[in-house]
Amino acid sequence: MLYAILSTFLVAAIAPAVHRVTGRASGWVLGILPAALFLYFLSFLPAVSSGESIVLSWPWLPGLDIHLSFLVDGLSLLFALLISGIGFFIVTYAGRYLEGHRDLGRFYVIILAFMGSMLGLVLADNLIAMFVFWELTSITSYLLIGYNHENADARKYALQGLIVTVGGGLALLAGIVMLAMAGGSYELSEILANGDVVREHSLYLPLLILILIGAFTKSAQVPFHFWLPRAMAAPTPVSAYLHSATMVKAGVYLLARLNPSLGGTEIWFTTLALFGALTMFTGVFLAFRSTGVKQVLAYSTVMALGTLTMLIGIGTETALMAAMAFLLAHSLYKGALFMVAGILDHEAGAKDFLQTGGLRTALPVTAAFAILAALSLGGVIPLFGFVAKELMLESVLEAPGLVGILTLLAVLTAILGVAVAAIVGIRPWFGSRVETPKTPHHEAPPAMLAGPVVLASLGLIFGLGPGLADEGLVNAAAASVQGAPVDAYLALWHGVNWPLAISAFSLIAGGLLYWRWEQARRALAWVDQAAEYGPEKGYFKMMDGLVWISEWQTRVLQNGYLRYYVIVIVAMTAGLVGVTAQLFDVSVSAVHFERLQIHEMAIIAILVASMLFAVLTRSRLGAVAALGSLGFTVALVYVLYSAADVGITQVLVETLTVILLVLVLFRLPGFLSLSSTALRLRDAGIALVAGGMITLLMLSTLDARLFDSISQYFIEESEPSGYGRNIVNVVLVDFRALDTLGEIFVLALAAIGVYAMIRFRAEDRR
Amino acid sequence: MEVVMAFVVGGMYAAAIYMMLRRSIVKLVIGLVLLSNAANLLIFTLAGMKSGAPPLIPPGMSMPDGAAADPLAQAVVLTAIVIGFGVLAFAVVLIHRAYEVVKADDMDQMKDTDR
Repeated sequence: MLYAILSTFLVAAIAPAVHRVTGRASGWVLGILPAALFLYFLSFLPAVSSGESIVLSWPWLPGLDIHLSFLVDGLSLLFALLISGIGFFIVTYAGRYLEGHRDLGRFYVIILAFMGSMLGLVLADNLIAMFVFWELTSITSYLLIGYNHENADARKYALQGLIVTVGGGLALLAGIVMLAMAGGSYELSEILANGDVVREHSLYLPLLILILIGAFTKSAQVPFHFWLPRAMAAPTPVSAYLHSATMVKAGVYLLARLNPSLGGTEIWFTTLALFGALTMFTGVFLAFRSTGVKQVLAYSTVMALGTLTMLIGIGTETALMAAMAFLLAHSLYKGALFMVAGILDHEAGAKDFLQTGGLRTALPVTAAFAILAALSLGGVIPLFGFVAKELMLESVLEAPGLVGILTLLAVLTAILGVAVAAIVGIRPWFGSRVETPKTPHHEAPPAMLAGPVVLASLGLIFGLGPGLADEGLVNAAAASVQGAPVDAYLALWHGVNWPLAISAFSLIAGGLLYWRWEQARRALAWVDQAAEYGPEKGYFKMMDGLVWISEWQTRVLQNGYLRYYVIVIVAMTAGLVGVTAQLFDVSVSAVHFERLQIHEMAIIAILVASMLFAVLTRSRLGAVAALGSLGFTVALVYVLYSAADVGITQVLVETLTVILLVLVLFRLPGFLSLSSTALRLRDAGIALVAGGMITLLMLSTLDARLFDSISQYFIEESEPSGYGRNIVNVVLVDFRALDTLGEIFVLALAAIGVYAMIRFRAEDRR
Repeated sequence: MEVVMAFVVGGMYAAAIYMMLRRSIVKLVIGLVLLSNAANLLIFTLAGMKSGAPPLIPPGMSMPDGAAADPLAQAVVLTAIVIGFGVLAFAVVLIHRAYEVVKADDMDQMKDTDR
């Protein structure tokens, strides 16, 4: 399993080389990998469909309880098969669709890496590993959407998708950390078995909200739905892949995966069902009034994601069964239809349904399978889409609450869904021939037809024999979403009942709507104006706001005045120290003044006097002299208190300092009075606060010792190990020799800098 | 002595920060010198000030005779003194060079010269 996922990244790394060697056949050659993975995952099928779930684990960061563990059950296997199976068609399709594109090699790298991340995401058992793969899919899909990087729109919308999904990812990270705290483990398999503990935990509500933000942004639920149609800036194979089996389904996967541990509560049901139903309706409504081929398909994906979220929220056995069947049906027809959209673009140059018509004679095979897929999209008997839709309607009618509003939205969606299916399945192929930008001379090549043909046919096969999909995997998948075996089954014919009646009604109403499509679209023109105030507007406002804030912050903080930097640093330090002292109840209790001896008093008097003089004097020479006096007195302190070496160093350095200051400062002008008295008082106040803080800190730490000093070791080992009797020297050149080496580097750097500045001045004069 | 030193060091910090808040660049240098002295004294004071107990080992013995002052703090301060001087030398020459170029020692004017 580990090698299966790693192999995608390995092959991704060598993909450009493979592409150079194999040339035109590169799509087929690289397609071997997803095909092999598909077969590998298929080998798990017998065990999984009999209800087993398999956990495979490799230690990764054992100290942090993070393992690279994988969970193979019905749900993850269904996803893995879709990802690798559709991945095969995408790779071979892209090989022809992007043939001759100068960055095709890079495209293979990203799409294979993306596939690996997606597989990792759905198979991971460890939450942290899952999160890492989750973010990897965001990053790789950013690169895929922005593949045409010379196009400003592609860059802009790639960034939009990235910011929305990664922003949600941040919330998700917080959510899964809380989930692990509540569930007591980072392993999904253990958390899922502890559902009751999680649901009753005090963190349940916050972690649910955070995880839902993560899932909703990724799966483009209202109000985050706007990024998904924009991601159509990607090349068509990418759209086909992102929409059918991967990326946007990741959020749905997460919801389904966590259903056994988070689901079943009132808030879970209400939130998911409502947001899902709203998203479903918004998606299909916007799809109906769009005309761009990919736009229509993208919005219908939003509809599908909403449907899935709603079904998971409803959470009854029928609903979960419906969700898994719908997931499979949607992946099949949406993958096929996007590839058809790519063929339309590739062969006829048509990107808009208004530019198309009567193409069935020019592209007969494409037309046939596009219609088959569109029938599944519309939920027409006997396709698999019909099976899924019947179950969906049934579970909405039996929902544990909100039946009225859910049913209303579901019926409206069904009607509009039929109309959208008609737009996709009838408009380009029938009617009078419309002049397309390119005249198709031949049918699309086999590499591009393989996907639509196989995927659309599977929709028919599963429709005619729903038991095949049911017993194969859908039942096991629904069981892992429910966390218990599922009793429901898939069937083409449920008898004459309400769902069937709604289906029949929606077929007629949807057909009528399609008949009057042009008028209906004109009547809906107001939506464009309304969209001005939609969530995407909020996104752009937020981005502008971010830029504004950072400009403001740069203006305020990076103002170029050293004194304001110093003030900010001092205020921050004093503030943080003050807060910390409050929090940890630091007190200055053990202060007792000892009687000072006369020489100590003298030293302190000199220190204070020279310090005050250095600050207050208006003479530069006076200030330098005061500094010298201060420095030599400090040296005296060192000598008096048993630090002879330090004292010697201080005397030497102080001498040099005074000479240097006298030499250089007298080439500069004298002190000027630059600030007003009020400013001086303000600065003095700030300085006194900082100084007072230092004093308090010192007083409170004088008697504190939290850990044993390591000095004792130096004292004991100086002679035996360091062969030196001056312990300070041994510390400097032996125990802490590297520090001394660093010190020498600093001096050398300073010397080089000084030398350079003096030399350049000499050259200037010449 | 440590308690009194705590007040002296606090005063030195205050003086250093006050000087660093001035507009004259020479006063900034004086502030830097004060600051490095204050920081050194802070470390030295907090390690405990013992008189007459140098961290030296008399001949023929493997340990100091009686309690010795903290050698680690002394080593740290020693290093800091030297580095402080390196930084100061660099800063002083840099300031001098800057003055030659922009003909101003007021930092507000220096800030505006790149406009």
